[in-house]
Amino acid sequence: MSENNVMAEPFIKVENLSKFFELNRKQTLKAVNDISFEIYKGETVGLVGESGCGKSTTGRCLVNLYEPTSGKIYYKGKDTSQFTKQEKQAFTGDVQMIFQNPYSSLNPRMTVKEIVAQGMKYHGNYSKTEIDCRIEQLLEKVGLGVEHMSRFAHEFSGGQRQRIGIARALSVNPEFIVCDEPISALDVSIQAQVINMLKKLQHDMGLTYLFIAHDLSVVKYISDRVIVMYLGTIVEEAPVEELYKNPAHPYTKVLLSAIPVANPIKAKANKRIKVSGEIPSPINSKPGCQFAERCPYAVDHCFNEAPPRKEISKDHFVACHVY
Amino acid sequence: MSEKILELNNVVFSFKTYAGLVHAVRGVSFEVRKGEILGIVGESGCGKSVTAQSILRLNPEPPGFFEGGEILFKGQDIIKMNNKQLRNIRGKDIGFIFQDPMTSLNPTMRVGEQIEEVFIGTGTPKAEVRLKALNIMRLVGINDPERRFMQYPHELSGGMKQRIMIAIALVSRPSLIICDEPTTSLDVTIEAQILDLLLELREKLGTSIIMITHDLGVIARLCDRVVVMYGGKVAEQGTSEDIFFDTAHPYTSGLLKSIARLDMERNQVLTPIEGTPPDLFAPPKGCPFAARCEYAMSVCCEYEPSKTTLTEEHSTYCWLQHDLAPEVNLIVEKREA
Repeated sequence: MSENNVMAEPFIKVENLSKFFELNRKQTLKAVNDISFEIYKGETVGLVGESGCGKSTTGRCLVNLYEPTSGKIYYKGKDTSQFTKQEKQAFTGDVQMIFQNPYSSLNPRMTVKEIVAQGMKYHGNYSKTEIDCRIEQLLEKVGLGVEHMSRFAHEFSGGQRQRIGIARALSVNPEFIVCDEPISALDVSIQAQVINMLKKLQHDMGLTYLFIAHDLSVVKYISDRVIVMYLGTIVEEAPVEELYKNPAHPYTKVLLSAIPVANPIKAKANKRIKVSGEIPSPINSKPGCQFAERCPYAVDHCFNEAPPRKEISKDHFVACHVY
Repeated sequence: MSEKILELNNVVFSFKTYAGLVHAVRGVSFEVRKGEILGIVGESGCGKSVTAQSILRLNPEPPGFFEGGEILFKGQDIIKMNNKQLRNIRGKDIGFIFQDPMTSLNPTMRVGEQIEEVFIGTGTPKAEVRLKALNIMRLVGINDPERRFMQYPHELSGGMKQRIMIAIALVSRPSLIICDEPTTSLDVTIEAQILDLLLELREKLGTSIIMITHDLGVIARLCDRVVVMYGGKVAEQGTSEDIFFDTAHPYTSGLLKSIARLDMERNQVLTPIEGTPPDLFAPPKGCPFAARCEYAMSVCCEYEPSKTTLTEEHSTYCWLQHDLAPEVNLIVEKREA
């Protein structure tokens, strides 16, 4: 989809976004450190990385759940930090989020109807009957029925709860949805149901997604472009086919080779690129390439100098001194 | 065929609740042989964890209770054991690795002491216990074990905590380790490290491992034989090559079809298994998978399928194996790439 939009204005543009959390006077947690990327209308951008890499923080900054420490986010060409009150209200309806944990992201004291109606009451001038009618349509769209309307969240399975979360996100007619690991808490057979539904909704409603995940195989399936993050920085960004065919950054290669393959012959033959150690703490992070410590190809200046972002082929960006 | 160390025969385990009986495990039989890794795969609520925990009698009894069957460990029936006998097995002959290392370690105890705890009451001298603990920490890949020994769980990362859990399970050199989704809460690169570690430990120590997971990728990487469970019953079992390449149960083939994989085309549609797992308060009369099975026949909803032995290792519980059933292709994965 991005090919059609080469000349178009990006739908969302993130410029030098940083989000730091000050833990105390001496310690700063640099959750997201100077990242820039663009999202075009109608596409799905996959954001991949391991826990603590800042992918969820990025997603939360995009929907204005966090105030960025520095950097700008442009929505349809407008700086989100300069929004007027009205613009801000419209923006919170245009962008929505689907949360990771369907068990904790639904209010246990509210019925499904109340959960889904909440956003509509705030954002639209809907009458009571209109709201009822819309909820019915929304529930049907996500594969639930009218009979579920007056039930509470605990009466549903994980997959059904995630459907409620999706109905809630859709209730205000958003254009852009941040999906923060929407399927990682679900069973395998249910994961496919939810993914297929997200794909269908995107097709029917022209939605734009930022799909956050740690599972590279799911991201491959749903995304047009993929961004790989490591410790608060973007290490690689490429169209999906390109990234999986020619991964450039050592970390991307490690991630790809670490995925367990569901084929015993291939899995046992698979030569993994091994990395030792674990992700270092993002508190008071060191200068230089963040991956250098674990990187099998690291040379001296990897530890001192942060690698610049380079375009190694069309739309394929990598931040690594090797290139 | 090497010797059996554990054998489950028709184990039935239920829980009494206010809402009625939950039939969590409904007649499960399998065996674990010396030095092998046996995978148990299935979705949440299929009874895989209850089965595994019943081997060590870790399910709370009451409300849980055995309705029948036997669990033979080295010839002795675990179901008939008293608490004292169980204590001699738990953590000593059979180790257990829990799913969530964050909540299964004691936050108020140093991790080293938690490893040593296994030896309480065995009369092993203190110095020897300390030495064993440090050695096992080194074996599971913890650098600088002397320093780590003194740390508390909150000071360790998730992968490191899982290594401590493995160390606790291994320190008394058990002949069997039960791993209940040991890598589910870990990142992929750390997961790969832990799986490598388990394979390496099996090589070095010859320990048998029961690996419970819902991830077919983990099964393919690790296991020699696989038991596929659904609705509290075994659906299919065989060597991992049987399960992946000669699939003989619609549920297994549904699982294989529903996972997103790297070698898949982008526009290919994932085939989910429609519907939800059966309600174990009132399990269906026939085959538990019948309601979600695309090949279900009328007999499937009425009568339970009996075991069909395909090869010496490979067996399945499905009416499609019956002589009168239509020919159906269940194989998803091709043996050659």
